[in-house]
Amino acid sequence: MGRLAKDPPASEITPEGLYMRRREFMRNAVLFTATSAGVGGSLLWLMRGGRAEPRPSERAGGTDASEQQLTIARYGSYTTDELLTPYRDITSYNNFYEFGTDKSDPAEQAHALRLRPWTVRIEGEVHRPQIVDMDQLLGWVPLEERIYRMRCVEAWSMVIPWVGFRLGDLLQRVEPTSRAKYVAFTTLLDAEQMPEQRRHLLDWPYVEGLRIDEAMHPLTILAVGLYGKVLPSQNGAPLRLVVPWKYGFKGIKSIVKIHLTEEQPPTTWNLAVPHEYGFYANVNPAVDHPRWSQATERRIGEFRRRPTLPFNGYAEQVAELYAGMDLRRFF
Amino acid sequence: MRRAGPLPWLKPGVFVGALVPLAAILFRAWRGELGANPIAQALNQLGLIALVFLVAALACTPLKAFFGWTWPIRLRRMLGLFGFFYALLHVSTYAALDQVLDWHAIWEDVTKRKFIFVGFTAFVLLVPLAATSTRGALKRLGYARWKRLHRLAYVTPVLGVMHFTWRVKKDMTEPAAYALVLGALLLVRVVIYLRARTSAPLQPE
Repeated sequence: MGRLAKDPPASEITPEGLYMRRREFMRNAVLFTATSAGVGGSLLWLMRGGRAEPRPSERAGGTDASEQQLTIARYGSYTTDELLTPYRDITSYNNFYEFGTDKSDPAEQAHALRLRPWTVRIEGEVHRPQIVDMDQLLGWVPLEERIYRMRCVEAWSMVIPWVGFRLGDLLQRVEPTSRAKYVAFTTLLDAEQMPEQRRHLLDWPYVEGLRIDEAMHPLTILAVGLYGKVLPSQNGAPLRLVVPWKYGFKGIKSIVKIHLTEEQPPTTWNLAVPHEYGFYANVNPAVDHPRWSQATERRIGEFRRRPTLPFNGYAEQVAELYAGMDLRRFF
Repeated sequence: MRRAGPLPWLKPGVFVGALVPLAAILFRAWRGELGANPIAQALNQLGLIALVFLVAALACTPLKAFFGWTWPIRLRRMLGLFGFFYALLHVSTYAALDQVLDWHAIWEDVTKRKFIFVGFTAFVLLVPLAATSTRGALKRLGYARWKRLHRLAYVTPVLGVMHFTWRVKKDMTEPAAYALVLGALLLVRVVIYLRARTSAPLQPE
């Protein structure tokens, strides 16, 4: 036996220079990784508008209530054979600024909304003003499904199977007076539940309005459901307006007050930017938004843009409401 | 053997980091996670990242002026080129995916909508900057002319912020943040310029 290999032969010792280079290499590799992670991470953060990634619990969207099935008395009075927009898209791509301006904000934040108890005040030019509990109101009217196109003023659109009832039926019940020329709607004002109302981005609460003949039109509904189920908070639960021939922002959400008046009521987007958003806001491919074209739209889920139709394709039913009106002036 | 300069990890690190947004957008597109309106989402995010790079490229000189750091200057060309790269992806997404190469609609947009007009102008101005970003181009143009041309780098992010501001519906928080940073960076330059002028030794007549 030879002697124990106490020391490695000199030939196997790493030269000092190479050893130092190895250390330097390791150091550089760490700094490289840290730099790319730092730069990449910062850019991802800026891409989200400088906000944290939503927690997984907030990402799901929809509340427990939205699992509740509704009893629907009537189907198909107004429908379309167009492909329905998936439930997931309808409930995750929303404009509901009370919960944030990003399309994904409402689905992440609207769970803060307390849907019961919920009361709706119906007042103004009516013979029978009411303060009605939401569940009591639901007992007044049989629900029906209405499959409508929804055209946002931002030039995207969906096809949505609403569940609701005719606004006209509700109004008839409270007996409008002869002075009732307009109907004004108001959203809940409560920054505890609607956190973005703390920011004065719009003049809160959100208000909208219709002419009485628009409100009484059979196409105009108050929706309480979607895809046969209770309306998710981000879509305007428990009660929202749907006027399918008008831009989506007319469809005021989470309504607490319906006020019939003689004068044309103020409307939120018109107050905010009067030259861009009018009181009527009828879908009109011939009248562009001052900053973008309204001639075409992207149907959510489709690749190619499609032409926008006058009155969102409901001209046959509603064009006569505006006979003789200059729709460029009354946009 | 080529000796690595100081901070050999810096440029490769920033380069890889700068590709992360593109990788994230492609990955999310492939997984169907860009939301209900994926084209609009990709379009907005590419445009935003382009603006970030154009503004970042203007931060290099102020960082040197304030902290004496010289390393940001070494990144400036790469930051500017990434700005152009993302602007190119943004414009291509708009033309090819959003408008499906409907040249008539694109022409209408560019000429009729002021926010698209300024955005498009910014992109057009970036083209000569990107094309003359090489050392060879600098030599061919001569330093004085090259420098004059590259003053456009001050204009493009301003147009970019205008483009962003005019397209937002109501919430000005984000465009305002970029405007503020950009304004500060441009102000620093004015200060540097004025100081250099006042402290310059008097030239003989």
